Amino acid sequence: MDKFLVSPPPHAHSPRTTASLMRDVIIALLPATIVAVVFYGWSLVLVLAVSVASCVLLEWAICKWLMKRPFECPEAAVVTGLLLALSLPYTTPWWVVLIGAAFAIGVVKMTFGGLGQNVFNPASAARVFLLVSFPSYLTHWEMPQRLFGADAVTGPTVLSLANEGGTQALANLSQMGWHPLFAYVGGSAGEISVLALLVGFAYLLLRRVVKIWIPLSIFVTVAAVSAVFHAIDPVTYTGPIFNLLSGGLVLGACFMATDYVTSPMTSKGGVIFGFGIGLLVMMIRYFGAYPEGVSFAILLMNMAVPLIDRWCHQPKFGREE
Amino acid sequence: MGKKISLILDGFVRNNPTFVLVLGMCPTLATTTSAVNGLAMGLATLFVLVFSNMAISAIAPMVPDKVHIPVYIVVIATFVTVLQLLMQAFVPSVYATLGLFIPLIVVNCIVLGRAEAFANKNGVVASALDGIGVGLGFTVSLTVIGIVREILGSGSVFGWKFIAGDGILAFVMAPGAFLVLGYLMALFNKYLKK
Repeated sequence: MDKFLVSPPPHAHSPRTTASLMRDVIIALLPATIVAVVFYGWSLVLVLAVSVASCVLLEWAICKWLMKRPFECPEAAVVTGLLLALSLPYTTPWWVVLIGAAFAIGVVKMTFGGLGQNVFNPASAARVFLLVSFPSYLTHWEMPQRLFGADAVTGPTVLSLANEGGTQALANLSQMGWHPLFAYVGGSAGEISVLALLVGFAYLLLRRVVKIWIPLSIFVTVAAVSAVFHAIDPVTYTGPIFNLLSGGLVLGACFMATDYVTSPMTSKGGVIFGFGIGLLVMMIRYFGAYPEGVSFAILLMNMAVPLIDRWCHQPKFGREE
Repeated sequence: MGKKISLILDGFVRNNPTFVLVLGMCPTLATTTSAVNGLAMGLATLFVLVFSNMAISAIAPMVPDKVHIPVYIVVIATFVTVLQLLMQAFVPSVYATLGLFIPLIVVNCIVLGRAEAFANKNGVVASALDGIGVGLGFTVSLTVIGIVREILGSGSVFGWKFIAGDGILAFVMAPGAFLVLGYLMALFNKYLKK
């Protein structure tokens, strides 16, 4: 790179770099990661380590040998690795995690040109890829074997119960150990604590790393859609509180849908993007074959981002539209 | 002699139906779940391509321009029917796997494309060689896609399993077909296309 850059004014300086933004995202993911590690123990540590290490190493290797350019911003690869690990069950074998990381970095990110060029969110694309490729590992939920006490027991997730039996199947949730804001029985590692995820997201908002529009619009849409369906038929369709707090919704809405590269540039675009995700999530949860659809919904709306951006295009200052 | 060889080689590299002309995508994506399926589909298309190219180049001067496409389709459909009956009689298991895609060769862009672009302007021998070249190019491409998808998706090569259990299932499904095709096309363009 040239030492001196010549460019027309105005020159605005910002201490913010992609790396510093990504560092903030890593910090924001820490509460959820720590809670999950406390809850799931060493097997999750292995998943996290394999995922993060292979994402970083692979991107470094592709940059060095295939693209022959410097490896910029390893922090972004760390975020992908963390998100991927948090969106998998802690029982996932290490080689499945490795394949997922290879898909996220090798196929979804670097094939499209690397940092800032990918169309799809690498972590959710890799999760979907693994879900389609290894359904037995990705839908095998074991009750957490805590660092202290309790043997592992296999059980369904609350969402798969709801998908099969409607609200009646959820009658004894509290007996199963489900609590909306803290840990519940089965699911991906990052879904363990909605509270910890929200704490991390609040940090991102305070640091002004992300705007609230995308997650807010997702939550409002999910709440509205499920409220309407729940009002029509409370037996078949689960209610808004349950839908907001279960599954990967908070993780996906706060950390995957807000990915800079794959979300719309304007706030107005973000609201449309979030509405689409919320609607698709509820359609998949209510009518789809899969119990959960957050990562599918994010990927589908990722494809619509160029269209949304064109629609919400802001004319340059001083020019008429 | 050199010209004849170059006619055949053209079908592999410069006119490779899958990686350069990007024709016949439907059978390419649908039948390459394993190496054997890809190979069988390729050979079936090769058969139709060679005979329809020869027949069309022979009758081309007599065909009125306005109805040439229907005439070509009838010629192609004849050979596809011959192929279909032969496959049902001699390799019923392969026929059962490929199913619908054998009759669909009638509307395969490669066959009609070569009839339009080559056979109706060239002699019978040249057209036969062109059919062999393009058909072999298609066969090799489909087999390679099938091998890659079978290795990744089922953990086997030509049906011989080298790992126990399933592979990465996505590669046996449609998304895997697109992914493998895309990567092979990129490699082909980087290393072979001049």
